[in-house]
Amino acid sequence: MLRFPIYMDNHATTPVDPRVLEQMLPYFTDRFGNAASRNHSYGWQAEEAVDVARKQVAELIGATAKEIVFTSGATESDNLAIKGAARMYREKGNHLITVVTEHKAVIDTCKHLEKEGFDVTYLPVKRDGLVDLDRLRAAITDRTILISIMAANNEVGVLQPIAEIGKMARERGVLFHTDAVQAAGKVPFDVNASSVDMASLSAHKMYGPKGVGALYVRRRNPRVLLTPIIDGGGHERGMRSGTLNVPGIVGFGKAAAICREELATESARVTGLRNRLSDGLRRELDEIYINGSVEHRLPGNLNVSFAYVEGESLLMGINDIAVSSGSACTSATLEPSYVLKALGTSDELAHSSIRFGLGRFNTEEEVDFVVQKVSAVVKRLREMSPLYELAKEHEEVKIRG
Amino acid sequence: MSYSEKVIDHYNNPRNVGSLPKGDTAVGTGLVGAPECGDVMKLQVRVNPETGVIDDAKFKTFGCGSAIASSSLATEWLKGKTLEQALEIKNVDIVQELSLPPVKIHCSVLAEDAIKAAIADYKRKQQDGQ
Repeated sequence: MLRFPIYMDNHATTPVDPRVLEQMLPYFTDRFGNAASRNHSYGWQAEEAVDVARKQVAELIGATAKEIVFTSGATESDNLAIKGAARMYREKGNHLITVVTEHKAVIDTCKHLEKEGFDVTYLPVKRDGLVDLDRLRAAITDRTILISIMAANNEVGVLQPIAEIGKMARERGVLFHTDAVQAAGKVPFDVNASSVDMASLSAHKMYGPKGVGALYVRRRNPRVLLTPIIDGGGHERGMRSGTLNVPGIVGFGKAAAICREELATESARVTGLRNRLSDGLRRELDEIYINGSVEHRLPGNLNVSFAYVEGESLLMGINDIAVSSGSACTSATLEPSYVLKALGTSDELAHSSIRFGLGRFNTEEEVDFVVQKVSAVVKRLREMSPLYELAKEHEEVKIRG
Repeated sequence: MSYSEKVIDHYNNPRNVGSLPKGDTAVGTGLVGAPECGDVMKLQVRVNPETGVIDDAKFKTFGCGSAIASSSLATEWLKGKTLEQALEIKNVDIVQELSLPPVKIHCSVLAEDAIKAAIADYKRKQQDGQ
């Protein structure tokens, strides 16, 4: 039985896995203690639970527990990593490198630092969404202190070559931060294999609760120091003050543990669903274009442009499916997705794009429904589209000519 | 984005979708907007040469639900009007009828432009024909 609307927006957020919720619940009630309370069992119990979760999160990414700093979410983690490192290492240099397709949490943080006098290089990406390693190499100077490049993109699901980037950064003595929000728990991600110095994580993208994230901060080879952005009681080894969100952290830990256990089988299953969706749409429709590399891509991502159909009107027709569009007809500027533009997608095709984000709770039956529904609405809207009509006339002229 | 019931109705049951023969001297065609902006409207009117009244109107639109609804509504209103009456249709009338939110006002502006462009095209054809 299908449940509507069908949720295929798992890059935006994921539902909390029932196993995660079950783990969390006692920490709202019986075990409500503050993990920083040293004088009674309520506090000890909370601290113990946080320790377990810290280890679970660390194990997901090949880190040690002491290298995990809990935050309110990945936006905070990105801010702490980039501002914290930039301000700490300012004497060493004032140059940062990132990429134009980064999440706004990274881009806007870098823009903020520009106002503080830092120089930031925003590297372009290739047509497939991947960063050009030669350009990255050429951009590094002896004033560069940090490279921040995401592991997987939130719109097009493209996986960056982080192991190569990490190696390059390490050789040049530059710190490497990666926003691993979309990648962690979905594809193998190991901070040592990829020479990552800092990594941002978020619980709610991996079937955990909202409002909790983490920053991995390397402690050895090299030991990374950060200037905190929140001052207070000195929690999280002074890097992030504030009472720990114990239930959230417990849920995050459990979510990470499940992802780790099920990663191999889940990534294969979700890739299968994604391919079923992609093949189905291509069987039903002509002139559809997949945005970003197909090869270097998250299992659950399909970002596709349906030529001649505007994304928002398509969403309106498929309102029993929860997905998102690269079109931004509501904004004053009418600017479509900056990520798609960076890939060289025309504005027209960017307006025609839909992001499907498949996840743990999607089924083949749902995929089949989505293929049928989307195809029917695209066909209907194309019949209403003057652009489709013009293209067909043009084709006829070409054939006759 | 939540749409008004009237927008949803026009989106689900668009009036007068289609095309009239562009070459016909009784037909005026307006094509406005740009695909890179996310909105293109083609609006056509056929004018009865005896009465000067618009006896048919068709549209095709690439754009959001509000753009589709604005052009669909425009074709409905155009039928039975003289050219002078047709030119009196203003974007604010469309905004009001469809309860368009501020971010969607440009859709109604585009529909008004499409009406003007179609009528201008028709008038040009009459002059060229003389």
